[in-house]
Amino acid sequence: MSLNGKRILIAKPGLDGHDVGAKIIALALRDAGADVIYTGLRRSPDYIARVAVDEDVDAVGLSILSGSHKELVEETMRCLKELDAGDIHLFVGGTIPSEDHDELVQAGARGIFTAEMSLNDVVAAVEADLVT
Amino acid sequence: MSDSSAAENKPGETPRREPPTKPSTATPSGIEVPPIVTADMVRTPDQGMPGELPFTRGIFPDGYRGRLWTIRQYSGFGTAEESNERYRFLLEKGQTGLSVALDLPTQCGYDPVDPIAKSEVGKVGVSLSNLAEAEILFDEIDVSGISTSFTINGTASIIYAMYCAVADKQGVPREKLTGTIQNDILKEYVARGTWIFPVRPSLRLIADTILFSNEQTPRFNPISIAGAHVRDAGCTAVEEMGYTLANGLAYIDELIRRGGDVEKFARRLSFFFYVHMDFFEEVCKFRAGRRLWAKLLTERYGVKDPKALMFRFGVVCGGSSLVGAQPDNNVVRVGIENMAAVMGGAQSIFTAAFDEAYQIPTEHSAEIAVRTQQIVAHESGIARTVDPLGGSYYVEWLTDQMEDEITKVIDEIEAYGGVTKAVEDGWLQLKIAQRASERKRKVDSGETVIVGQNYFRREDQNEGVAELFKLDPQASARVIEKFERLRDTRDDAEVARTLAALEKAAATDTENLMPYLIDCCHAYATVGEMVSTLKSQWGEFEEPVRL
Repeated sequence: MSLNGKRILIAKPGLDGHDVGAKIIALALRDAGADVIYTGLRRSPDYIARVAVDEDVDAVGLSILSGSHKELVEETMRCLKELDAGDIHLFVGGTIPSEDHDELVQAGARGIFTAEMSLNDVVAAVEADLVT
Repeated sequence: MSDSSAAENKPGETPRREPPTKPSTATPSGIEVPPIVTADMVRTPDQGMPGELPFTRGIFPDGYRGRLWTIRQYSGFGTAEESNERYRFLLEKGQTGLSVALDLPTQCGYDPVDPIAKSEVGKVGVSLSNLAEAEILFDEIDVSGISTSFTINGTASIIYAMYCAVADKQGVPREKLTGTIQNDILKEYVARGTWIFPVRPSLRLIADTILFSNEQTPRFNPISIAGAHVRDAGCTAVEEMGYTLANGLAYIDELIRRGGDVEKFARRLSFFFYVHMDFFEEVCKFRAGRRLWAKLLTERYGVKDPKALMFRFGVVCGGSSLVGAQPDNNVVRVGIENMAAVMGGAQSIFTAAFDEAYQIPTEHSAEIAVRTQQIVAHESGIARTVDPLGGSYYVEWLTDQMEDEITKVIDEIEAYGGVTKAVEDGWLQLKIAQRASERKRKVDSGETVIVGQNYFRREDQNEGVAELFKLDPQASARVIEKFERLRDTRDDAEVARTLAALEKAAATDTENLMPYLIDCCHAYATVGEMVSTLKSQWGEFEEPVRL
């Protein structure tokens, strides 16, 4: 299994500037065969949704370490739906307390990844979700 | 997601690993270490005396015998009113230094009403959008009697201007101000992300603060050149020191371009690092860095005054070396790192709380962090004599090796075209991302051992449950309400006049902007307004996104 032919947008919403996790994941997904686009810092959910549509991606991965994950996931999902792109899969990574996981899943997140997970596990989870 | 072991069997992967029975033979920076080091392997056995050039053994002749390091812990959340109350409590308890954390909108130059800022107001620190807020923050606190440390970079010049304006308002002469602003923008582009303007005007702004501070607030540290954040982002101890010294040299070049006297301003440059777990590598990182800095300043700039050649630094013990798995073990990690910082000769030390990897510390964990330093200081006996490891074959050999490797890192950046170009092109950012990726792979594969995380796990172990910054929505609303009231009551003509003067001065390449920023602060112009004014002249940094 690989991510060949899959297009994935990695995005940093909000003002938080810690982007190492986002870049590590981007590199790992690329190594697994995906076409990866990274937005850079301080992007609004609206901007992220528009890039996702313009670039015709299969999935968006949000990297959030500021604690604002609930608002940002909900807002990004809303923006995607507004652009008729609710079928784009949404993943979240960062410092996400386990007590918040259910709520994020309900908001539309298809995977939640934290720093302790191995890169292989993250890539495998994305593959399992995107490649059927 | 993961069960009893991160090293669980998976299809196509290596089978579950046995715990290692021997130590690794190379340091985390990749220096291969021989089993025995002998006298003939040491290149520079004669290290001179502490307090003498090249300062390998320390910058003070009496080490900690004269004065122990400063125990500095970090605090400050919420609104200016809440922080003020907390500060006054700490000062009453005998603390003499305050440490101010600012929220992300203040750090990135947005007013609290900006759409991008609204959800982050007051979240990771206090919102300080204008002088009125600073007056509340320091209400009934005599700024001549305290040392205040601001963790601020992109808007450091503005926050420093605000602090000068507070002194003016209190009738305190500016020369009495003591404290520090981090004010190190180069590492923000690479690791921490609170950049605003392009690299070159940012360097000019930093030179402005340092030159102004040398004249007007001579006891204030106008910059703390930081390796800590690139280290935490993923690079090695060697790279941490190499990038930091390279950044220091870039600031010196800009200061000289602006007509600064290196003998004078170099005395106020200070540094800031992380201490991670490899004990001897950390000790030797500081010994080598101290020696190399004195050499570089002597050889490149002909600096003569020993005081201008002294490498003063503070450290944090903790950061990404702390883990969420079996978090109690972090107490031991911080203890070892604390000892490495002392053996390395740090001037000030911050010890992280054991639960800081996943939550805001509790009173219990914060107390252990401080007690750790007191145990190291007063029970361990290691502060008794200066540089107790000096003369050890291994320590002197490793110091030589570190110096060589750090020099290579600086040479590589200079061969590329210097720090500014490396940052503008995104070359340095990419290197750090790749290094972080490597570090993660080594932990995943088990090559790097992290006790309790990738080895020595047990069933149902504590993984640390994150409880992060919870925003009090009312605090944010109060900040915004105060902000709107200020805009209704201040003298608009004076705001416009001072901002116009700032704009005109920013259009030149040489005028010191500090007096203009202080005027703006006195007129109650906001951080967002000052930043917008400067953006109108300089534009914004365009992040080079490279993967």
